[in-house]
Amino acid sequence: MEQHIQHLYEMLSQVEGFIYPNELELQWGILIVIYPYITGLVAGAFILASLERVFNVKVLKPTYELALLTALAFLLVAALPLVSHLARPGRAFRIMITPNTHSAMAIFGFVYSWYLMAVLLLEIWFDYRKSFVVWSRERKGIMKWVYKILTLGVMDISPKAIEWDRKIGYFITVIGIPSAFLLHGYVGFIFGSIKANPWWSTVLMPIIFLFSAMVSGIALVLVIYMAVSYIRRQAIDMKALDAIARYLFFMLILDFTLESLDQIHRFYEAEESFEILSLLVSGRLYLTLIVFQVILGTLIPLVALGTLQLYKPREKIRKALYLSVSVLVLIGIFFMRWNVVIGGQLFSKSFRGFTSFKLGLVGSEGVLMGIVWIVLPFIILAFLLWFLPPWKKAEDDI
Amino acid sequence: MGTTKIRTNRREFLRSTATAAGGLFTFFWLQPTKAFILVSREEGVTEGPWYGIGIDIEKCIGCGKCAAACKDENDVPKDPFFFRNWVEQYTVKKDGSVVIESPNGGMDGFTQSVPDDQVFKSFFVPKMCNHCQTSPCVQVCPIGATYDSPEGVVLVDEESCMGCRYCVQACPYGCRYIHPKKNVVDKCTLCYHRIKKDLIPACFEVCPTGARIFGDLNDKNSELIRFLGEKNVQVLKAHLNTGSKLYYHSLSMEVL
Amino acid sequence: MKIKIPPQINRLVLLFILVTGLFLIVRQFLIPDTFGDLGHYRAASLEDNSDIPLNFAGGAACFDCHEDIFDLKEQDLHSGLSCETCHGPGQAHVNSMEASDIFIPTGREYCGRCHDKNAARPTDYVMQVDVSTHNEGLDCNECHNAHQPWELLR
Repeated sequence: MEQHIQHLYEMLSQVEGFIYPNELELQWGILIVIYPYITGLVAGAFILASLERVFNVKVLKPTYELALLTALAFLLVAALPLVSHLARPGRAFRIMITPNTHSAMAIFGFVYSWYLMAVLLLEIWFDYRKSFVVWSRERKGIMKWVYKILTLGVMDISPKAIEWDRKIGYFITVIGIPSAFLLHGYVGFIFGSIKANPWWSTVLMPIIFLFSAMVSGIALVLVIYMAVSYIRRQAIDMKALDAIARYLFFMLILDFTLESLDQIHRFYEAEESFEILSLLVSGRLYLTLIVFQVILGTLIPLVALGTLQLYKPREKIRKALYLSVSVLVLIGIFFMRWNVVIGGQLFSKSFRGFTSFKLGLVGSEGVLMGIVWIVLPFIILAFLLWFLPPWKKAEDDI
Repeated sequence: MGTTKIRTNRREFLRSTATAAGGLFTFFWLQPTKAFILVSREEGVTEGPWYGIGIDIEKCIGCGKCAAACKDENDVPKDPFFFRNWVEQYTVKKDGSVVIESPNGGMDGFTQSVPDDQVFKSFFVPKMCNHCQTSPCVQVCPIGATYDSPEGVVLVDEESCMGCRYCVQACPYGCRYIHPKKNVVDKCTLCYHRIKKDLIPACFEVCPTGARIFGDLNDKNSELIRFLGEKNVQVLKAHLNTGSKLYYHSLSMEVL
Repeated sequence: MKIKIPPQINRLVLLFILVTGLFLIVRQFLIPDTFGDLGHYRAASLEDNSDIPLNFAGGAACFDCHEDIFDLKEQDLHSGLSCETCHGPGQAHVNSMEASDIFIPTGREYCGRCHDKNAARPTDYVMQVDVSTHNEGLDCNECHNAHQPWELLR
């Protein structure tokens, strides 16, 4: 604790203007930037998968299971940065025991459980059930039993049963879309409903969070699809890739429009908090907002993707462009979360000054831990792709 | 023809305006609007005290004893990063700029930093938890670890708090912080342990000029009610409608 | 017309009931005893918050033993002050009756906390001097009895 206090004295010298004495240290750090980033990826990947299922966008078929498993891998990790950031992580279970119905954050336990169990796991189960049955018959040893348990004892794979699988799976996907919106939308509402903070308090916040989530999810699936195809030395279905990139482009336009609307509105009304927020954007938040989020993360991808809609170069160039644009977008959306969470805490609620945010390297709130949380889902995904390989599924009759 | 038309129009206008005004008047007379400033207690709760706070800016001399006493009474770490209660000094300079200072939260008192010849106006503002009636911090706590006591004091349940810090974000007045040793949220408790023994909170106890008034909003004869009746009072960030029960007299517009 | 429920639904509904049932049962055991009695919080917390030892004794506590000083104070300009304003928390002294357990202020800096000249200090509520120049070298106590500040000693 002494080191911590020492660190606080150092931060005092970084204060600009006047802040309330309790505002020196930021309450929500990198972990709270990562959490919405991860759930956004989950929601976005899931929506992309749903496009194939519900809206019958056949061209996306090659990425369907991949998107679902990506969503699962990220969802499994999502709660971890959240719990580890608590000052008393051991009491986290209370959110399920005595949730306060007036609090947006209290939804977390329930919407997370619902989405994990009633939507994602179920949808994957219905999609893979036939494969579970077939694999349980083909494999030997422990894997045989693992797959058998996963069938939950429902071994019927007659055409009628498969038809039921398809129908119920469809129904679950339909429910899943608003559930995904709730899973990530509530996070936007957590920020948007804080009237004490003018950087956060806007009606558009849940919407902006959702659209940027979809952008990041689509970009993620694109990157993963290319990476997995490369690792497996499989040819990429360019029709699917072009379709994903097209969805990315349109979603990015919508996201950018909404974010710009928010800022234009703030600029135009120029109410009480405008001065301090302008100083925030032109000062401490300039690099992460203007450079990383807007220019690198939004404008350059928009121009690139827009050009690609009109003029289609060779496959190789398109692939390279899609990949780099998606990476830029993923970085940009990360910084969008950063700018909301960190940005909202850098200025004082007295509107008279700024504090600073120092990101350490080690420790539970450090850069290294952040990297762990972001890399972990990929490791889980690799495991899931080995455990539930989409390309080895039992023959489906579409 | 033009004149007649105008006269008819004007009559119509006056008639409709009078009807509307009369209707509104009747409506508001029948349903008294809840005053912005004086909050009302929850329906049906009539017994027991309901505490509020008055602070008279004109009487505050910036000795900072309130900030120091709070730390002594409530065992708050003495480092200048954790305050249940602090004092700010505002100096409006002759060039129009405002200098705001709170050295160590005012715990050790203040020394004048702006020379006399540049001072246009200067005053002290003590700050503390406003014990809001419709507190945003209570609203957002996901597990019910912070609450409004029956006496109108906003308290923290240290056994339950998991330190998610949502309430710290939601408080518009910057009153909450994470206690460095207990690792839960800490804030002004209005010295609940003192007021339950019929004493007054430590910060009110030590104020030398009577700038701080602690009282029962339900007691018509209390000093606080007299204060609210005689003085021009204001709450901080009234537009946020937090139901703040901390009423300032003589609060200048520079204070946010 | 008989509708046959597919085995998938059967199995899943069973699982759902099991999981939800288990959760509800465990939850009942985990809800704290007094939770919900007075509102969405643990009512016993009120007691936790009142069960804290005092450090300040309150103005009336000094009167019992120090009535003479109290009367002196009441006659002069410091009458509105609580003893603990200058002497600090007094409960330890009340408990032990030891003089060492209460703070006796000395030094010009201490009185300067309230009385040093400051543009923000209202002149009608506190007498102010420039502590750096007012009778330099002398301790405040040499001329002023803190309990009767206008009865100058020199």
